[in-house]
Amino acid sequence: MDDRLRIYGGAVAVLAVLSFPAWRALGSTASGTRPELPLPDSAACVEDAAYMTAHHMDLLADWREAVVRGAETTHTSPEGITRAMSLTGTCLGCHDDHEAFCTQCHDYAGVAPRCWDCHVGGEGGG
Amino acid sequence: MGATRRGFLKGAGLATVGAGLGLPILDPARLAALPDGVRESGPLSRLAIVVDVDRCRLDGVRQACIEACERAHNVPHLPDPAQEVRWIWSETFGAALPDQVHAHTPAERREAPVLVLCNHCEEPPCVQVCPTGATWKREADGIVMMDMHRCVGCRYCMAACPYGARSFNWRDPQAFVPTRMDGSPYSDYPMRTRGVVEKCTFCAERLREGLQPACVEAANSVPGGQGALIFGDPTDPSSEVSRVLRERHTVTRRPGFGTGPNVYYVAPAGAGAAADRGGPS
Repeated sequence: MDDRLRIYGGAVAVLAVLSFPAWRALGSTASGTRPELPLPDSAACVEDAAYMTAHHMDLLADWREAVVRGAETTHTSPEGITRAMSLTGTCLGCHDDHEAFCTQCHDYAGVAPRCWDCHVGGEGGG
Repeated sequence: MGATRRGFLKGAGLATVGAGLGLPILDPARLAALPDGVRESGPLSRLAIVVDVDRCRLDGVRQACIEACERAHNVPHLPDPAQEVRWIWSETFGAALPDQVHAHTPAERREAPVLVLCNHCEEPPCVQVCPTGATWKREADGIVMMDMHRCVGCRYCMAACPYGARSFNWRDPQAFVPTRMDGSPYSDYPMRTRGVVEKCTFCAERLREGLQPACVEAANSVPGGQGALIFGDPTDPSSEVSRVLRERHTVTRRPGFGTGPNVYYVAPAGAGAAADRGGPS
């Protein structure tokens, strides 16, 4: 009879410890706020905002392949605006606050893209 | 059962011999078609530089070319020569083109400085050894390109290149990139990181905008440097490069290697030879 109490008590304790990350996340709200991104007031982006939020890294990878390895160097947005495929030229031309727009969200998402190891220029460039 | 095993082994042996006899690598037709610096069907278009050695003699001309290149591509100046990064630099005629000199070549000719850079070979050994496809020969114009994003820094290409045209970034180069007075780099060309190989790309990024390579533009803008470097398409008979290749005696670096360089040299006239060179100059 004593053993039964010990076994069930122990099992509950182990489950509680293992599920700690889940119920801790449920209990907290402060760390779950999404970063507020400063948006430029200039013309529309190269693709719509929802697509860019989710897939800007894919778009940039495609641009990289197109410019470095292919012959294509310009991108036409859904609004018909043609721009150069350039991270530092086109993207950072509008999103000029790199720290607030890029780094803040990358820190939040826990990703460390290496683009800026080389693409350091504020204008033109790759 | 013994007979079956024996029969199987005999059959396997015969099959191996049969396959060996048919090995495609021994096919004489295929052997004859192996690259020899010349392809059966000529390329659509090529880009080449002709270096006129006599017009490169002035230090100021060569320096202008080198500096223009380094500023255009943010090439670092590393203090340790073993870690040097170079895209275009000076060699002596004898060192750059050892097939063109012999024991009795006058020192003036042997020691003449020449500009050397990536040869953008027809059969680039660097491309053949690259395990990641980070370097490749562009079909449209024959430029041997570099993709820094794919380079893993194995340096096979450096071992394969017989011209020493490739440099490895042994350390983070960014602190050693020459800058303007205000600390900003001369160019917005992307920097490199430690662990990648870099080299001349015939200024692919400038060609895209309709400009000439930075070294060619610089040579033509320096007094006495006009025509020191001539850039163009040798497959286009009306190009300046074609005219020079037709009218002057030009050589390439280490032709015996079969790499088919696209950088040509108008040999220096040497002491007293300018008079009997004849022809247009």
